[in-house]
Amino acid sequence: MISGNDTTALIRIDNLSVELPMAGGLAPVLHDVSLKIAAGEALGLVGESGSGKSMTARAIACLLPSGATQTGAISFEERDVAALRGPALRAYRGEIAMIFQDPRAHINPVRTIGDFMTEALRTNRKVSRSNAESQAVQLLGEVGIDDGRRRLRQHPHELSGGLLQRVMIAAALLTEPRLLLADEPTTALDVTTQAEVMAILDELRRERNMAMLFITHDLELASAICDRTAVMYAGQIVEQRRSSLLHDDPLHPYTAGLVAARPRIEGGSRRLTAINGRPRSAFEAPPGCAFSDRCQHVLAACVEARPAIEELDGGLVRCGRAAELRAAATVHSDG
Amino acid sequence: MDELLQVSGLSKRYGDSLVVDDVSLTIAAGGSLAIVGESGSGKTTIAKMIVGLVTPSSGSIHACGHDRSRPATSHTERKRRGSEIQIVFQDPYASLDPRQSGFDAIDEVLALHQPAMTRAGRASRIDELGSMVGLDPRQVRALPRALSGGQRQRIAIARALAPEPKLIILDESVAALDVSIQAQVLNLLADIRESTGISYLLISHDLAVVRQLTDDAIVLHRGRIVEQGPTAHILDDPQEEYTRLLRASVPRPGWQPRRRTATPTIGAPP
Repeated sequence: MISGNDTTALIRIDNLSVELPMAGGLAPVLHDVSLKIAAGEALGLVGESGSGKSMTARAIACLLPSGATQTGAISFEERDVAALRGPALRAYRGEIAMIFQDPRAHINPVRTIGDFMTEALRTNRKVSRSNAESQAVQLLGEVGIDDGRRRLRQHPHELSGGLLQRVMIAAALLTEPRLLLADEPTTALDVTTQAEVMAILDELRRERNMAMLFITHDLELASAICDRTAVMYAGQIVEQRRSSLLHDDPLHPYTAGLVAARPRIEGGSRRLTAINGRPRSAFEAPPGCAFSDRCQHVLAACVEARPAIEELDGGLVRCGRAAELRAAATVHSDG
Repeated sequence: MDELLQVSGLSKRYGDSLVVDDVSLTIAAGGSLAIVGESGSGKTTIAKMIVGLVTPSSGSIHACGHDRSRPATSHTERKRRGSEIQIVFQDPYASLDPRQSGFDAIDEVLALHQPAMTRAGRASRIDELGSMVGLDPRQVRALPRALSGGQRQRIAIARALAPEPKLIILDESVAALDVSIQAQVLNLLADIRESTGISYLLISHDLAVVRQLTDDAIVLHRGRIVEQGPTAHILDDPQEEYTRLLRASVPRPGWQPRRRTATPTIGAPP
């Protein structure tokens, strides 16, 4: 179930569940994930390790590990992605681009930046090398690399991490994708470089009316640059809300726990409010609510049945007690 | 000397590049100091010189009243230095031997530093250290691969605590941890400092973590100290342009990332 049907979605995921073969049979990695992103919109996907963020992006790109079984639907412009084959699948993959956390792991170290950047244009779009190179130089300029001609002849080891991530972004945008899957693109970067790279991504996304799925573990970063943010836990979306509200007014106990666990640059109490235990993967999640074994508001009913994702105060939340806790908090703060 | 750690005029040169340039700092007994900086600022090189993994090009390092500016020349000397300062690294996947349980790793340290202790004495001390970092005896005896990242980092902290050092260097020790685990480890570090009076030297790029754990801070840029003082003052009212840039680059709700038009002139008056 997805709220707000006022905008048409470019990409839409409905009730996606994915299982992977592991020792002893299939293990769930995603459970009942639904989301949609309109053209020009940025959706944040926030969660800790193993929560299923990257797996969601891989499902969208049709890049699930071999042997994965998938139920539910992914549609791009209302076409079922799972039904695409051959040229249609290639054309779809041309509409999306992906950037990763570690650019050095995704660029061939023995080929030049120029080869890397122009490959897709030359092979898929049959653009000539010189034409592709001038397009690459122009895009390098847009991501703040002025001496593009020289950079095209360099190898990855000659560039710093921040520069290489800009090259990745420029290369991803060369084929003019309509959906960008950005998987922790700034996590390995320094804060000042992160600010620069985020500014570039934000600007280019708006100029090109590109949709973006922005995956991060940093709730503050997602809140700052995404229109809406979804929080994942144990392979499920537990909350989805306008980013501006998510940080200051979370609906799910897990989101509230994440906000409270993060130290504040302004300072605060000597002790942080930590969440007990450790994050669970989908296949280790307890029956019932996946967060129930770490939640301070847990009741017997939480352990019995897995809560559905429901609308609350303009957002979506997967917690049987969310409305009740919210009412209690309002009464408390009014008193 | 009242200072636990006194570093003065410390420099490190590799070929033509000066990676640490005339750095001086002190940590009082029980104090906690952060070195803040971005990659390439020289912060880890400073940490390595203090523990003795890198030899300084010039300058001096004194800890607990002993000079440690040059490599240790004897076994006794090396052991004494180990009982003064310990270090916890960023990546608990790389800093533990995959074939050695936490128990054996800590036992090795105890056997070296407390030769008078019996096997049974060491075992009970290991469980004591384990419970101090929130691990049960079963987890302490497990191989690293059976532990999560947060649990491995707890083993690394317990191992660092084993020789009862006066100072622990935390080199990005919580940076690789998930938010909910990071909070647990930060609380643990605060508790340990409160109960043992140990000092911390925190190397970090994360200003919020620095605020949480330290009283004083140094901002390092290209090997040089650009600003130093109480952590709260530096973060609430940064005087230098570079510190302000760092502060403004931290994402927060309503934050608008902006492209920098030019690199700020470091050290220029505002």
